[in-house]
Amino acid sequence: MTAALRFDPIRLPSECEQLRKEVRAFLAEEIAAGTFDPHKPNREDTDVPEFSRKVGARGWLGMTWPKKYGGHERSFLERYVVTEEMRVANAPTRRFFVADRQSGPVLLKYAPEHIKMEILPRICRGEICFAIGMSEPNSGSDLFAAKTRATKTDGGYLINGTKIWTSSAHIADYMIAIFRTSPPTKENRRHGLTQFLVKMKQPGIQVNPIGQITGQYEFNEVVFTDHFIPDDHVLGEIDGAWKQATSELAYERSGPERFLETYYVLTELVRAVGNNPDTRSAEGIGRLVAQVHTMRRMSVSVAGMLQAGKEPVVEASIVKDIGTIWEQQLPHRVRELAAFVEETATNRETLEKQLDFAIKTAPKLTIQGGTTEVLRGIIARGLGLR
Amino acid sequence: MPPPHAALRTALVTAMAFAHHKAQEQTAAGPGHISWDWHANFKSGNAVAESENIVAETAEKIFADLADAQTINRDKKGEWKAPLWQALSDAGLPLSWVPEDCGGSGASLAEGFSVLSAAGRFAVAVPLAETMLAGWLLAQAKITSPGGEMTVVPASPKDRITVNADGSLSGRARGVPFAKVAKYFAMVASDPKGDFAVALVDAGKCRIESGLNLGGDPSDVVTLDKVQPAAIKPAPAGFDQARLMLMGGVARSLQIAGALESMLEISVRYSNERVAFEKKISKFQAVQHNLARLAGESAAALAAATSAADAIANATVFNDEVFLEAVAAKIRCAEAAEKGGGIAHQVHGAIGFTIEHILHRYSLRALAWRDDFGSESFWAVELGKLVAQRGADELWPLVASR
Repeated sequence: MTAALRFDPIRLPSECEQLRKEVRAFLAEEIAAGTFDPHKPNREDTDVPEFSRKVGARGWLGMTWPKKYGGHERSFLERYVVTEEMRVANAPTRRFFVADRQSGPVLLKYAPEHIKMEILPRICRGEICFAIGMSEPNSGSDLFAAKTRATKTDGGYLINGTKIWTSSAHIADYMIAIFRTSPPTKENRRHGLTQFLVKMKQPGIQVNPIGQITGQYEFNEVVFTDHFIPDDHVLGEIDGAWKQATSELAYERSGPERFLETYYVLTELVRAVGNNPDTRSAEGIGRLVAQVHTMRRMSVSVAGMLQAGKEPVVEASIVKDIGTIWEQQLPHRVRELAAFVEETATNRETLEKQLDFAIKTAPKLTIQGGTTEVLRGIIARGLGLR
Repeated sequence: MPPPHAALRTALVTAMAFAHHKAQEQTAAGPGHISWDWHANFKSGNAVAESENIVAETAEKIFADLADAQTINRDKKGEWKAPLWQALSDAGLPLSWVPEDCGGSGASLAEGFSVLSAAGRFAVAVPLAETMLAGWLLAQAKITSPGGEMTVVPASPKDRITVNADGSLSGRARGVPFAKVAKYFAMVASDPKGDFAVALVDAGKCRIESGLNLGGDPSDVVTLDKVQPAAIKPAPAGFDQARLMLMGGVARSLQIAGALESMLEISVRYSNERVAFEKKISKFQAVQHNLARLAGESAAALAAATSAADAIANATVFNDEVFLEAVAAKIRCAEAAEKGGGIAHQVHGAIGFTIEHILHRYSLRALAWRDDFGSESFWAVELGKLVAQRGADELWPLVASR
């Protein structure tokens, strides 16, 4: 018998609506002040430290974390609203997004108290940037094939090896990475990896930029040569990283960032089509809006179930699977409809530029943060197939 | 197998009393909608969900006893139909949405929607959804529902029934589900001024051309030539044919989502039984990934349909946000019926293409339900027009309104 999927019809609570107004007003101010241009998702300066600090000052980083670490003890649904508004506005979230979504929660759970007291408040203030060190040149989706070694030495570990496709490593202050502390065992090939907090911009770490097909340089190769990490920077159990990797993934998989990455092209298409669409444009837009509405309802539903203490792991994986495929196909569907846009449409050039960028962005969406193939394996396990 | 009428009726009445009590409790507790506390609302939401489950469980028990897909599939004479309808009627389910003073069971919209989800999971082939919709429509104008099978007319946004000057009704409606077996029709009709009326019409007074939908259920053409209705009353302010189409569309969305849940379940089960190349086909990655995609389509349909049902059940005004919920559900569920049903068939291979296998009961009905109350193409055009009229900068506020 298959475990039934659940998507409760969750509605955002009223405090979210006030918050949404505040976020929109803030973003409008920042746009007016020239901090970023919402119509230019392809800008090169995706790292805007000043914006990051302002978001922190508003109390929108570490929103769900305990106050003693600088957090605000608000709900996941409130964080959801901030995330989606930033995403839809194309706000430059690169500097703080990973720390807020992923690294902070890992530290909260596994870091020693003095590290939490030192680092978490700085994340909440928007001062520091995190990267995630998972993939290696010969280990991507197969996480447990990682070979970069952490060798025990006096008071800590020496790191040797290479991480790759590491987003933001060139601007990051810290990285949370997994390194090999023991060989895998016959019984458990996942054994032997340990999670570490790495302070970047230190001796023994070299960051080499890697150009992407979009023309951006957002990911990197990170080479470790006898880089020293102190003992208190071990996160969780030695050799037991595999036990720690799963719990927070539901948050990571099902957020609004998993279906809104190319959303701007839909908005721009509606603008270009104008108030009196022909049947084909209306039909195309209607379908896309119905689809994004459904994706959002699924995503909000998972957020609400998580907030209520449930563990919708399969549901969260489904949201990422079909959400990333949707945002990947969106620019192509919009391009088909854009072919019928009048030559006189005032935003025609903007739409075309956005489409070029979104179409180039599309291939990565079903790869980053867990490929479609890996996700479907997780869903299949949830269905009782493996 | 005797249908457990009395016990079920008692269970349903108890469930409804419980739900009513809960509703009163909430009303007494405060202003409810305007300034509610999230956690309190979450809890009361669960309480309502529990009572919904009791009504749905009553329906499910009847379906499990009297509408087992395998049994029905083997019964070439349709002998299962009468006992099933009798049990559903005895439990008060066809008139779920009719208030007690109009001859019904007085269940809430949410409870009725949960019955429709269950009906979809069993691909129920009696006019339960249609009679529920008809009762609901009549209740809008406080017209008492007669007993027996009913359906709604029109069943397509493109058809019109008109009220003539003498109060009689004329028009032609295609694709009316179960018209052939219905004793009465509940109709929305409009007069030349554009005012809407709700009417109860004796099916015997209309001309009915029989047809079948993709799933093999009646889908008929109903023609009225100056037919005098058994009852006719003005529709309440703001109520028009589109409202019936959207309510019908949400009903079909829930049924499609339910059918997809079952298609996922039987496909997973089959893949764990069927051996090929010396192993269960569920162990092949290609099959696993297909089933994961089916789960995704099932999930999307479920989320869209239950959200739309919830939106309608709690709507105080019928605004753009409720419209979006209703039409998006119909559009997305129709897409899921195609994609998800296709995968279910692929997993089953040739056996699923046989009339002996139960898969077609779900897959073909899900496809057929796409056509009722406006297809996904029709509603996509309407939604696209609405979005265009609101303008680009009002799209996100519409999507993110709740």
